[in-house]
Amino acid sequence: MLCQECNEHPATLHFTKIVNGEKIEYHICETCAKEKGEHIPGSNSFSIHQLLSGLLDMEPSLKGVKQSSAETGKKAEEPLSCPHCGLTYAQFAEMGRFGCARCYEAFDSKLDSIFRRIHGGNDTHLGKIPKRGGQDLHVYREIEQLREQMKKQIEEEEFEKAAEVRDKIRSLQEQLERKGAE
Amino acid sequence: MTLEAFISEAVSPWMKNEGPESDIVISSRVRLARNLVNIPFPIANDYEHLNDIVTNMESNYSGKKAGPFPDLELFRMADMQSNEKHVLVEKHLISPSLANESEAGAVLLNPDESLSVMVNEEDHFRIQCLLSGFQLDETFANANRMDDWLEEKLDFAFDEKRGYLTSCPTNVGTGLRSSVMMHLPALVMTNKLNQILPAINQLGLVVRGIYGEGSEALGNLFQISNQTTLGKSEEDIIADLKSVVTQLVQHERQARETLLQQSKMYLEDKVYRSYGILAFSRRIESKEAMQRLSDVRLGIDLEMVSGLDGKILNELMVLTQPGFLQQYAGKQLQAEERNERRAKIIRERLALEENKLDR
Repeated sequence: MLCQECNEHPATLHFTKIVNGEKIEYHICETCAKEKGEHIPGSNSFSIHQLLSGLLDMEPSLKGVKQSSAETGKKAEEPLSCPHCGLTYAQFAEMGRFGCARCYEAFDSKLDSIFRRIHGGNDTHLGKIPKRGGQDLHVYREIEQLREQMKKQIEEEEFEKAAEVRDKIRSLQEQLERKGAE
Repeated sequence: MTLEAFISEAVSPWMKNEGPESDIVISSRVRLARNLVNIPFPIANDYEHLNDIVTNMESNYSGKKAGPFPDLELFRMADMQSNEKHVLVEKHLISPSLANESEAGAVLLNPDESLSVMVNEEDHFRIQCLLSGFQLDETFANANRMDDWLEEKLDFAFDEKRGYLTSCPTNVGTGLRSSVMMHLPALVMTNKLNQILPAINQLGLVVRGIYGEGSEALGNLFQISNQTTLGKSEEDIIADLKSVVTQLVQHERQARETLLQQSKMYLEDKVYRSYGILAFSRRIESKEAMQRLSDVRLGIDLEMVSGLDGKILNELMVLTQPGFLQQYAGKQLQAEERNERRAKIIRERLALEENKLDR
């Protein structure tokens, strides 16, 4: 079968595009595929980052500011950028990627709503904590869990057990304070 | 172990058709994204600094016998032929972007290829574990152990609120992407999959054909993975995926049962026509090969075809990809040459297994 674009070379790429339920079949050669580039699945196709950047760019318009006034407002403001790697928020929005770990602090004011949209309404980590460096966080989490437990025990009127848990919480808190004082 | 040994041992354990539910679940994979603190991510960093990370990895981990994964070996992308990289991509051990775009990229592999750590892909580290069949808990445990071991020496970027910090906001938090590759021919044939997909998407999971989003699935192979990485624990992410996969396995089994009861002759005809084409054709394109292999694989699972092991289909699906064909031929091949080589490799592989047919 010859390429449907150039009618010269044999067609080696075959794919089906479905737009609004309508199937269109394509049979093209490698040269024409490279020229068409962005439309061929697998060959430099529309990336997740392009999709993301659309999402990140939505930010200003979400605040209900008109396009023109938002633009003039931006010029007056200091552009948001990361002091560590120098990435600006505009660059971040365009690439859909952070430049370094500090970007998370630099763009913090905008991130809650972005993360919530990407991660099904979540903006706070609940998973693994590194053993090294994350030790305090382990203790904070444990205190949090113990508080929940104590609340439940009080509701169920198991006051003796609740008192034990309270003491445990106290000793953990003291442990944290001692570390802080060191 | 040399790179040649890695590649000539072409069949990775994940293709071996072992493990629970391996008639439907081809492989289970877990990936953890990690970055070093105080060093800009690869996208915003220069070759020198990124290469330092690779050198450091090489001296600390390559060829070392310590830790949970002995005999790890590091390979730099810059030292590899493009076809060698291609083969690693087709084995799902590295990503296309590491192979093609990362100047200072490298990969740390263990001999049985159940573990790979990509260095300087989108993130500084991508720890990946891959096993045959439905073994998500085991793959996660392995990845987690590797993470713990790396963390003993490396300072990972971690924030109390956001978790592990990644270059792309879609990976932040756990940095965990877990995915399962499934063979779902009966759900496709009975048109049931289209009814199930929207429900799966609502659970924060995504289903795609194995060769990328939006494209039709080749060989009825689908990859189901979690989309959400933030706000859920690793265990919950794995558990959610497991429960959906378990249900899909049940639905696929039911659909196979229904097909057997209602259209056994039609199904048998389809399986044997495909078997005939694979056994005798002189040129075959990748799309058709995948579809025919899927048909025969279903025939094996339903015990219509005897004398063939399901695993040769898993192997052939990988071995007939362009990189492997070229590796086998020892040279670059044009598309038409590949079609001929592909047909030949399939014929020979089937002949090895099944001597009864005279060809």
